[in-house]
Amino acid sequence: MIEVGYYPGCALHGSSNDYETSVRACLDKLGVSLRELDDWICCGATAAHSLNHKLAVALPARNLALAKRDGMHELLAPCPMCSMELHRANRALAACPQLRREISEIVELEVDGGTRVLNFIEVVQKVGLEEMTRKVVRPLADFRPACYYGCLLTRPPRDVQFDDCEQPGSMEAILAALGAAPVDWNYKTECCGAGMTLADEEIVLELSHKILSDAAAHAASCIVVACPMCHVNLDMKQADIERRFGVRHDLIVYYLSDLIGLALGIDERTLGIDRHFVVK
Amino acid sequence: MIWSAAIYRRFAAALRPFVNEEITGKKKKAVINHRSPKKNMARIGVFVCWCGENIARTVDVEQVASAAAEMPGVACAMTCKYMCSEPGQAAIRHKIAEEHLTGVVVASCSPHMHLRTFRKAAEKEGLNPYLVEMANIREHCSWVHQDRTQATAKAIDLVAMAVAKTRNDQALAPITIPLTRRAMVIGGGVAGIQAALDIADAGYQVALVEREPSIGGKMAGLSETFPTLDCSQCILTPRMVEAGQHPNITLHTYSEVESVEGYVGNFRVKVRKKARYIDMEKCTGCGQCWNHCPAKKNPSAFDYGLGQRTAIYIPFPQAVPARPVIDAAACLKLTKGKCGICAKKCQAGAIRFDDEERMVTEEVGAIVVATGYKLYSIEKKTGTAYPLPTAAGTPLPLSGYGEYGYGRYADVIDSLQFERLLSASGPTGGEVRRPSDGQVPKNVVFISCVGSRDNAKGIAYCSKICCMYTAKHTMLYKHKVHDGQAHVFYMDIRSGGKNYDEFVRRAIEQDGAHYLRGRVSKIVEQSGRLIVRGVDTLAGEAVTIEADLVVLAAAMCPSDGAETLAQKLNVGYDENGFLSESHPKLRPVETNAAGVYVCGACQGPKDIPESVAQATACAGKTLVMFSRQQLTREPEIARVDETNCAACFACVRACPYTAIERAEIRDRKGNLVKRTARVNPGLCMGCGTCVAVCPSKSADLAGFSEQQIYAMVESLV
Repeated sequence: MIEVGYYPGCALHGSSNDYETSVRACLDKLGVSLRELDDWICCGATAAHSLNHKLAVALPARNLALAKRDGMHELLAPCPMCSMELHRANRALAACPQLRREISEIVELEVDGGTRVLNFIEVVQKVGLEEMTRKVVRPLADFRPACYYGCLLTRPPRDVQFDDCEQPGSMEAILAALGAAPVDWNYKTECCGAGMTLADEEIVLELSHKILSDAAAHAASCIVVACPMCHVNLDMKQADIERRFGVRHDLIVYYLSDLIGLALGIDERTLGIDRHFVVK
Repeated sequence: MIWSAAIYRRFAAALRPFVNEEITGKKKKAVINHRSPKKNMARIGVFVCWCGENIARTVDVEQVASAAAEMPGVACAMTCKYMCSEPGQAAIRHKIAEEHLTGVVVASCSPHMHLRTFRKAAEKEGLNPYLVEMANIREHCSWVHQDRTQATAKAIDLVAMAVAKTRNDQALAPITIPLTRRAMVIGGGVAGIQAALDIADAGYQVALVEREPSIGGKMAGLSETFPTLDCSQCILTPRMVEAGQHPNITLHTYSEVESVEGYVGNFRVKVRKKARYIDMEKCTGCGQCWNHCPAKKNPSAFDYGLGQRTAIYIPFPQAVPARPVIDAAACLKLTKGKCGICAKKCQAGAIRFDDEERMVTEEVGAIVVATGYKLYSIEKKTGTAYPLPTAAGTPLPLSGYGEYGYGRYADVIDSLQFERLLSASGPTGGEVRRPSDGQVPKNVVFISCVGSRDNAKGIAYCSKICCMYTAKHTMLYKHKVHDGQAHVFYMDIRSGGKNYDEFVRRAIEQDGAHYLRGRVSKIVEQSGRLIVRGVDTLAGEAVTIEADLVVLAAAMCPSDGAETLAQKLNVGYDENGFLSESHPKLRPVETNAAGVYVCGACQGPKDIPESVAQATACAGKTLVMFSRQQLTREPEIARVDETNCAACFACVRACPYTAIERAEIRDRKGNLVKRTARVNPGLCMGCGTCVAVCPSKSADLAGFSEQQIYAMVESLV
């Protein structure tokens, strides 16, 4: 049994709680136990770093300090926004003793920037693809997924240091190991519109439409994401996109944990797949 | 009264000012006294320089001079506004004669600047030049301090130390070492060929070492050259042939430098000649072998993978030597033991399947390094599926441009590949046809600064030639595809040079190249076309171009193995791997290793004219050396007191120049008396490391002895 700290962030406890259901079910089957961070707070998301540098470090830093206090050396943040902010704070703290002192004072906890932050893919890699493959009961031979990484999973590369930031391949490797045939396509790391969904929906509709269209053009049977925001824009907004552009995409958008879960024999309800907007 | 030699010398010296050139009518020849002065009889002159305001502003030079005049052993002290000027030097010479000085201290700038100047002046007056010392009161004092009182006090201390050192100076004589008047040129590109021909034409033997099967380098693969659009091969191949047939040039193609021993004037270079599987004497270069070789589908390195060649091949038709080579990894006979068609077809019987690599040793006096460049690797090198975990805070080195899809899309190529598409000897016979389907591209996008000037990917420098060759590419493309359109994404257009900017304007104004100032964010392939998304920062808008071919102007990097070679030669290199010249302005082709010169792109990005100019400069420097019968070196080197040496050989291990040998002292009958360390005067650079490590205090440095250092310290306390 591998134990890792777990930082859900706002999305997994709110609008994207289906992701949490899926992640928990999937990791449980893979033999990873999650220990949720006690008294965690917001990572700062887009708002903090566009307003105040110190706030943008202090918010994630408090979560890192909590993890350290509770003896967690590794912390899973399934939302890429959260993991990026945690990584960035880690880097800033590791680089500057002065900042460490200031932030420790602000968050009233000792911070050192030494907690290792993991995204969901890294936890699966930690389990090991061989180990995962051994547990497969339903190979995904009928799936031709287009793996969509979005903007933050691999960027900024200096901060997150994960995969090739322009041509990533880690999700493909996992899905191929499960028997699926991931398609090679062009929009793996393009922007889906992210939070613009509230400010200017039109932008989201256009950008997400391009992503869905390119996946369809490369004969994908579904899309796989590892980000709650991407899921919202591609799944929940898909009906709006189809209406706006007068097309039918009909692409199911899975979380990576959904497909791993299916391959490991977990049913759709337990994974929360039935709560998606686009369903079979 | 019997005059002793000493009194006679004093008398002669006193007369010297009267026996000047006007009276005798002929130029006075100074007789240099190689005898060291007696320490207690020291008569040292101290000369304090103002350096205009550079020193005098912060240091009270008059006070320094009057303090110096009181120091033990000082006969006179004076100041001068510019000690290095003609009147300044004349003053020193005059004082040497008038005061019968036994030593000189010049308190001025760094010895790097003018030690040679002052030593020469003293030498002209008959004083041994190694009895002249400098106190650096500019870089070490006036330039780095503000407080005048403190700076003056420090200057006095510095002068006192120099005086103490001078009192203990010994007269030294320059060392002479033998010289092999034969040169080696490493790298057979245009720079190497030029250097070799220049040296050979002057009548000296040259060994030209080239890694590839043919000389010619990168230039042999180019189409036409800027800014005149000369055909590259037409101007290069005659020079290649000349080098190949020159009686003074020995070619070592398909060979690499294995090791370098020795020192300036006396290098011993081991060259590894790779197995070519061809008898070079018997082969006539008729071509029967490669025309009949069945293993035809091997990527041609000369065409950068765009074309194919046979297993036995010559890289290109004009290769020098025009002898084939067998690619051992592709040859059916060598890999599977079958075939052997080439041996059957060869009338001359020149095929040698049992050929093996061998070593040859060349003895040379000078080495010219011209190893050239390679292109930056555009593909990402690290981090695909499973990145290695790195500790937080240590940034992963970034490299490569995954966003351009090089290596992923067949029609995204680099600029050297495009040169082959334009070249009449290239895989398409000079027609511009794209690699994926052989169609003529109607829309071509060129991206400059791929790797260059991008700190995020690790290369901060400008590759200098890309702006020019990209302009050339757009022109040549337009000349071949009249209805085609070239688009160029650039950061800045850097076209300094004779007729260079005019050339770029011609590409834009006459040949209609579409220049966009901005970067490309991503290239994706959609139904056979490349969608290039970028920005035009002058228009302030995002741009999308549907291209048929994309050409990336990748940065110039030192060629593979340049660093290893530099280590073998003891030549410095910078953080990018380019070899370091001795001085960027005044010694641009010399290196810190005496007798080793650099030219061409191994020293930094540069174009053909500059490479050729540097190559000729290297040849010039080599010939200056060869104009002498033997070499003289500075005598300030280490010496081991062999009677005292305990033969622990700590110095042998510590010496960074491998200048100390283990030697044996034998009596007349050949019996071993003792072992000792011995300094090779040709190799020693006088760094003093051996002096510091010697436990028995047997090693010492002439001109910087331990005794002198103690005296300098003593003068301060």
